[in-house]
Amino acid sequence: MSRHTLSVLVENKPGVLARVSALFSRRGFNIDSLAVGPTENADLSRMTIVVNVAAQPLEQVTKQLNKLINVIKIVELDDDAAVQRELLLVKVAASLADRTVVLQTAELFRARVVDVNAESVTLEATGAPAKLEALLEVLTPLGIKEMAQSGVVAMARGPRSIAGAGSLRAVDRAS
Amino acid sequence: MSTDPIDDTSCTGAQSLVRSLEAVGTDVVFGIPGGAILPLYDPLFDSTAVRHVLVRHEQGAGHAAEGYAQATGKVGVCMATSGPGATNLVTPIADAHMDSVPIVAITGQVPSASIGSDAFQEADICGITMPITKHNFLVTDPADIPSTVAAAFHLAASGRPGPVLVDVPKDVLQARTTFSWPSRVDLPGYRPNLRPHGKQVREAATVITQAKRPVLYVGGGVLKAHACAELAQLAELTGAPVVTTLMARGAFPDSHPQNLKMPGMHGNVAAVTALQRSDLLICLGARFDDRVTGKLSTFAPGAKVIHADIDPAEISKNRLADVPIVGDCKETIAALYDALAAEFAAGRKLDLTAWWRQLDGYRETYPLGYEWPDDGELAPQYVIERLGAIAGPDALYVAGVGQHQMWAAQFISYEKPYTWLNSGGLGTMGYAVPAAMGAKVGRPEATVWAIDGDGCFQMTNQELATCAIEGIPIKVAIINNGNLGMVRQWQTLFYDGRYSNTGLGTLQTEQTRRIPDFLLLAEALGCVGLRCETKADVDMTIEKAMAVNDAPVVVDFCVGQDAQVWPMVPAGTSNDEILAARDVRPEFDESQV
Repeated sequence: MSRHTLSVLVENKPGVLARVSALFSRRGFNIDSLAVGPTENADLSRMTIVVNVAAQPLEQVTKQLNKLINVIKIVELDDDAAVQRELLLVKVAASLADRTVVLQTAELFRARVVDVNAESVTLEATGAPAKLEALLEVLTPLGIKEMAQSGVVAMARGPRSIAGAGSLRAVDRAS
Repeated sequence: MSTDPIDDTSCTGAQSLVRSLEAVGTDVVFGIPGGAILPLYDPLFDSTAVRHVLVRHEQGAGHAAEGYAQATGKVGVCMATSGPGATNLVTPIADAHMDSVPIVAITGQVPSASIGSDAFQEADICGITMPITKHNFLVTDPADIPSTVAAAFHLAASGRPGPVLVDVPKDVLQARTTFSWPSRVDLPGYRPNLRPHGKQVREAATVITQAKRPVLYVGGGVLKAHACAELAQLAELTGAPVVTTLMARGAFPDSHPQNLKMPGMHGNVAAVTALQRSDLLICLGARFDDRVTGKLSTFAPGAKVIHADIDPAEISKNRLADVPIVGDCKETIAALYDALAAEFAAGRKLDLTAWWRQLDGYRETYPLGYEWPDDGELAPQYVIERLGAIAGPDALYVAGVGQHQMWAAQFISYEKPYTWLNSGGLGTMGYAVPAAMGAKVGRPEATVWAIDGDGCFQMTNQELATCAIEGIPIKVAIINNGNLGMVRQWQTLFYDGRYSNTGLGTLQTEQTRRIPDFLLLAEALGCVGLRCETKADVDMTIEKAMAVNDAPVVVDFCVGQDAQVWPMVPAGTSNDEILAARDVRPEFDESQV
């Protein structure tokens, strides 16, 4: 089992997210995270799907994904050759006594303070999953009242893009 | 049709849908009207190009569309209203999905404003059929009707064929719109790969020339691709044995000396053993289904695999392919023929003499056969064998699911493609009668025999009323053993003969009468009913049925309940464990391997 990040270009149509997520569950795969949003082309959306599977079942699920009529292209992003980011909002219990620690931690992790009141501070942080995990580890002893985290969005480094001329190689167009 | 005098493209969504069906060449639709789809039935009433066959249950409409498609190669069409009408189509849609049958299902939906409100007869049929359709559409704008119908038919028929559902809310059918047939289908994410990769084909040819024990493992994809002529050429060029799976019976003539016929759980010993002992499987449009492979880890352990399929997801799904070829079977087989002919011309030839000696040994020692039963007067296999002999290779044979299906696959000699229809992947009891109806509508000149079991027949026989009223004279042979026969066989073999809930009571005994009496039922449904209970009457009864051409015929063949389907590879075991008959394990000369 290993972690794989798939970038999936899909038609921007109702029900596509349901088709994709249903396919994963039907074939017995757990999705670690899934993020979906618009692209530079209004007709297309982009999904970033992180799954934890072995290589052979991954090949099968990408082939099945490719069979979905609304799926345009699938690219597997290599961890080392891609930028991966998550967004985290976290509400930390921060009495006046703890506030300095919270703010220093935020600064260390380049997190922004987006809301403050007498009892808590809400931070916004972005980064690779490992960085956000580290931030949460530091904040946990202070008391996390609430958190919300996005799935990973990712993009390959270098000049090539997922679509268009000279684009990244799609997975699974077998032979 | 109420056409606008100024602009004849102006019409209702329903009219646009009927015109779209006409534009795509639909000549028949099987369906039942209901509230949500009523607006469509009004203009359909006026269409001279599209015949509507009013079925008695939506499942019948779906299987009829499948039978039509499998017999003609064209897209079959079925229609139902929202909610229960649509959900009754679910079984045939799943069936078509498993067997790659091109059908389009059109369903009415509650008005757009009511969707999601649990309205009367509302069901999320797009959500329900998502995993069992190739694709489905919910039409929200009447202007999209023509392009959606065009896309639905294109998707159903092209690439790996399959079912497509189009769900249309009632208000979309009622709204005013314009009809404009699209010049092209716009599906940016759909690019079936038809042309095989030249390098892979050459690699396959090379591998074939190195084989000592090759087998052409032929599946339904060859029929879907209309590649039977190409297959025959390739088979004769190689001289290799051919096995035809349940879905491929008829793709290669049974009378051909290279045809070892059906492999699998109830395949014959030669076909099963050929696969097991092979050193090269040339898999053409088949998918290594568990009913063919038996226990996968011990399937054909010494074989390399060339796997040609139009669906990349089938390749290496169950069995790793050494040489994968993605492409349409017709193009692939033709290309493989050329590449192989070039290899042969260069002097690299196959010598299969030893292989054939081995295979002929299996064929001679373990031919298909059956014993005349101790109980009852009639062996079911004999009935089916005689039916095939009398109706001949031009008739279409449509089976249900169970013992009778396996015997029909085994004991009828299929010489021509598209003469054998059955529910292979899903194993849908009740398929035969409505599918035969659809096949007869598509091929009215052909004799169409449904071969059904007494269990299957009781699931969908109401479509005989449709056949009688609509003038669709199919013939039905009920292999009536008074039981859910295949389940009973498993109870005999694996559950110590504890016959839990398999007796159906359709045979007369000293204590009981037949319920139902199929002869009376046939007459009640407007059919000619015949009964045959002895060997002496079999030919005469079949001939009597063959002579009736103006009404459907139902023949109640009363057979013994203890007859079993052999050979058999028990579920979950290795193909090496094949039993030629009960307690008879073939003895193979291991020195030949």
